[in-house]
Amino acid sequence: MTGAVPTVTTADAVIENAPTTVADAAPAGRGRLVLGRLLAARGAVAGTVIVLLLFLLAFVGPYLTHWHYTDIDYAAMRQPPSATHWFGTGGLGQDVYAQTLRGLQKSLIIGLLVALLSTVVAGLVGACAGYFGGWTDRLLIFFVDLMLVFPSFLVITIISPRLKNTGWIAFVVLLAAFNWMITARVVRSMTISLKEREFVRAAQFMGVRPLRIILRHILPNAASYLIVDATIAVGSAVMSETALSYFGFGVKAPDVSLGTLIADGTDAAPTYPWMFYFAAGLLVLFVLAVNLIGDGLRDALDPTAEAGRAPSRRAARLSRSTRTPKGSR
Amino acid sequence: MTSPAELLTVRDLRVEFAGARGRAATPAVRGVDLTVRRGETLGIVGESGSGKSVTALAVLGLLPGTAGITGSVELDGRELVGLPGRELARIRGSRIAMVFQDPLSAFTPVYRIGDQIAEAVLVHQKVDKAAARRRAAELLDLVGIPDPVRALDSFPHEFSGGMRQRAMIAMAVANEPDILLADEPTTALDVTIQAQVLDVLRTAQRETGAALVLVSHDLGVIAQMADRVAVMYAGRVVETAGVDELFAAPRHPYTLGLIGAVPRLDTRGGPLVPIPGTPPAPSQLTGGCPFAPRCPLAEDRCLTGEPQLTGPESHLAACVRADELAERRPAPAEVYPVPDVPPSALAPLRADREPVLRVSGLTKTFPILKGAVFKRRVGEVYAVDGVELDIRRGETLGLVGESGSGKSTTLFEVLGLARPEAGRIELLGQDTAGLDRAAVHRLRAQLQIVFQDPMASLDPRMPIGDVIAEPLRAQRTPKPEIDRRIPDLLRLVGLEPAHASRYPHEFSGGQRQRISIARALAVEPQLLVLDEPVSALDVSIQAGVLNLLQRLKAELGLAYLFVSHDLSVIRHLADRVSVMYLGRTVEQGSVEAVFNTPRHPYTRALLSAVPLPDPVAERARERVLLAGDPPSPTERRAGCRFRGRCAVYTALAPELRTRCEQESPVLLDAAPDADHAAACHYPTEGQA
Repeated sequence: MTGAVPTVTTADAVIENAPTTVADAAPAGRGRLVLGRLLAARGAVAGTVIVLLLFLLAFVGPYLTHWHYTDIDYAAMRQPPSATHWFGTGGLGQDVYAQTLRGLQKSLIIGLLVALLSTVVAGLVGACAGYFGGWTDRLLIFFVDLMLVFPSFLVITIISPRLKNTGWIAFVVLLAAFNWMITARVVRSMTISLKEREFVRAAQFMGVRPLRIILRHILPNAASYLIVDATIAVGSAVMSETALSYFGFGVKAPDVSLGTLIADGTDAAPTYPWMFYFAAGLLVLFVLAVNLIGDGLRDALDPTAEAGRAPSRRAARLSRSTRTPKGSR
Repeated sequence: MTSPAELLTVRDLRVEFAGARGRAATPAVRGVDLTVRRGETLGIVGESGSGKSVTALAVLGLLPGTAGITGSVELDGRELVGLPGRELARIRGSRIAMVFQDPLSAFTPVYRIGDQIAEAVLVHQKVDKAAARRRAAELLDLVGIPDPVRALDSFPHEFSGGMRQRAMIAMAVANEPDILLADEPTTALDVTIQAQVLDVLRTAQRETGAALVLVSHDLGVIAQMADRVAVMYAGRVVETAGVDELFAAPRHPYTLGLIGAVPRLDTRGGPLVPIPGTPPAPSQLTGGCPFAPRCPLAEDRCLTGEPQLTGPESHLAACVRADELAERRPAPAEVYPVPDVPPSALAPLRADREPVLRVSGLTKTFPILKGAVFKRRVGEVYAVDGVELDIRRGETLGLVGESGSGKSTTLFEVLGLARPEAGRIELLGQDTAGLDRAAVHRLRAQLQIVFQDPMASLDPRMPIGDVIAEPLRAQRTPKPEIDRRIPDLLRLVGLEPAHASRYPHEFSGGQRQRISIARALAVEPQLLVLDEPVSALDVSIQAGVLNLLQRLKAELGLAYLFVSHDLSVIRHLADRVSVMYLGRTVEQGSVEAVFNTPRHPYTRALLSAVPLPDPVAERARERVLLAGDPPSPTERRAGCRFRGRCAVYTALAPELRTRCEQESPVLLDAAPDADHAAACHYPTEGQA
């Protein structure tokens, strides 16, 4: 969302322009300020590092062992972790380490892309419907409601044969397509109340174009909700992909994803914990990291938030309430 | 030690709000001493955050559990602090009653007005329901609600704001309390309604013999109502005296500054006296005089200890230099630095300047729709119905009217730059009806707006550098040019260029309004529309913003369309004034002409309703009270729409009235060359 602000500058500029801005130098724009606050938030940095490490693990890790995720070791079935099979083996003698990393590759990309795509669509559709109102609103909301009442699995089973060969991109698009409607409705109602705020009216009277207003004023002010929603969507995308696998769509055996691994390993969890907990643990770690990034981003976008600024939230609120003379008028 | 005359004694009252999670408690009231004598009116005046409302609530024991109260509040010798809730509840309503600021939230919306007033009676008196209901009707009659028996069965939302506040007063006096506490009772109301409500308060006080404690930020209201005044600053009383004494010879520099900061209806022009800085946050108090950082008379000794209230019993002040002030009696401008307003470089003759905005016969109606799926039009609201405006380069037109008079609709019609429903809008000689999109976009740069609420009009998630850059970006100004302009603009409105990377919440209300002004000026407009720009600000801050507006006008040759309900501000700032009633311009002309010899009875009533911050002048004034509320704008009645409330109309002979009933008056000039016109058939009747 901040990408739309014209003054987004690179990270280098932030480091050069430390908080003490020299008077008369070009004032730091919103993009630069948000980035600076994001880098100052420890949680967000930690989350980013974890996600990067997970990517490294998923794409470099498989080269560290000679087992391939399709390999089957008939000599070792349901064996606990050992020097040969680092994460143990599955019911048919598959190497859990190779499988988990293969699954991680898939799930990282699916989770992040689905969340990003559905949030962007939800934000744009919801904000446009709320902002323009009238027929735009009626048509968009009709479409949203239509998508909501469609039995999504039925639609997917009908169109999946045609998309069999397009691979995971089509899969991501489909998952996102059935994931954005409720968010869009919430964003729409937020937009309707934001639209009446004076700063939006001021922008209209300045002659700012409607789409600009949506990108510059409406979406940043709805960002807290969108970000929280997106972080939740990451986890749920990974899990709903499992459900689709039942329809022979998405990830098919012998290929695996974290979702399928967790689904298969759930029954074995009490007896053969390594078949379940490695996949589940990585998913938890992934979702946790995404949550940390989301929290950091939300605080960075909200100037009154505690993180990223020295005064505490309560102090900020107090000073606001004492400064704003609204109360007694 | 309460002497019989002293009804309520507050001694060293301190209120602290507990901090969350181990943080230090915030002091809101820091040692207040007050006495209220039987039957008198004590005015408590102060800016927001001065602790005046908290003091009133603490007396009633209505503060939340997080508040720690120490000190003593004695009612007739009985200590109230620390009294159990049940006993306090018995006192509340029967001996001390409260009138709240917001009449809408003070009534439960789902119960009838009559039941709520009767309940107040039943709680404290042993009477049956029928008697309580009769009493409720009597009370409503006392506060001047027409047809009280029928009003008993109304729901709160069916009452207008003024009527609700009257009903609130009726409820407060239901048990003939000894003390009536009114916390900003008229702040949410229009001036004419305010005058009515203040009148009702006086009646209620006279009928019950109660003492009245009136909390207000409005010096005019205090001057009009109070016998004695206590001025509060940063949680303490800094000066207390009889009302005449206080206004004539204030002994605390803060009081002096407040008096100088208020624009007055009976004088005009010149800069106001702004008090520099902002009131301190409770956490910033250092132990010295809390006013010292803003005080032009501060000395070294002011920083070491907080001065106590001293002086003769009749006039106490908490200032080390109080005696000096009492002796010298300086005018506010002699103590506070007053900025110079440079003279305007424009042609003095109005006819020589080109017109900036011309509006004639503007009409705007809103449909009233019914039905869920298929909306039917069941009626129309005539929000604006015949508005005339004329602004020339470098002048300020004040647009005055009460809420519902169509001021905002007029503004939005003008700002919309579209073809009006009826009538004509001309901006810089261009008729808005014939503009294409590109022309509208170009014209936007000539017309900018400053909104009322400085918090709501700035995007909370945008640093103010971006906020100010927004209109420039909308006009596709190149980026280097924008970067160069932002520091200049911030300096122009008295802020520092380094502030550009801060967010709006880090600024105070007055500073935020300056940011709004900087944003509006970024594209160098010719006409600035100011929609109640100072009504959300405290007086001491308001003065600074008004001075800034005056300076900018003179320096940049701007024209202002200044919308306000506050006639004193209009009088102070405007060159010409236009008065609206129910969507129609009823009087317009130069400020001198309209304010000195108003021709429309509505203008006369408005002017008379504005309280002066001067008790002597206030008592000498003759008052024209306007009866009732403005009628609904959903019907378009034949004839003059003001006649239902018009004093002139009621005094007319029946044969002359017909004209008011049948013929809608048009704006007629007072004299062939005079810049003064009124829409009244009998503009000279009833003139003072």
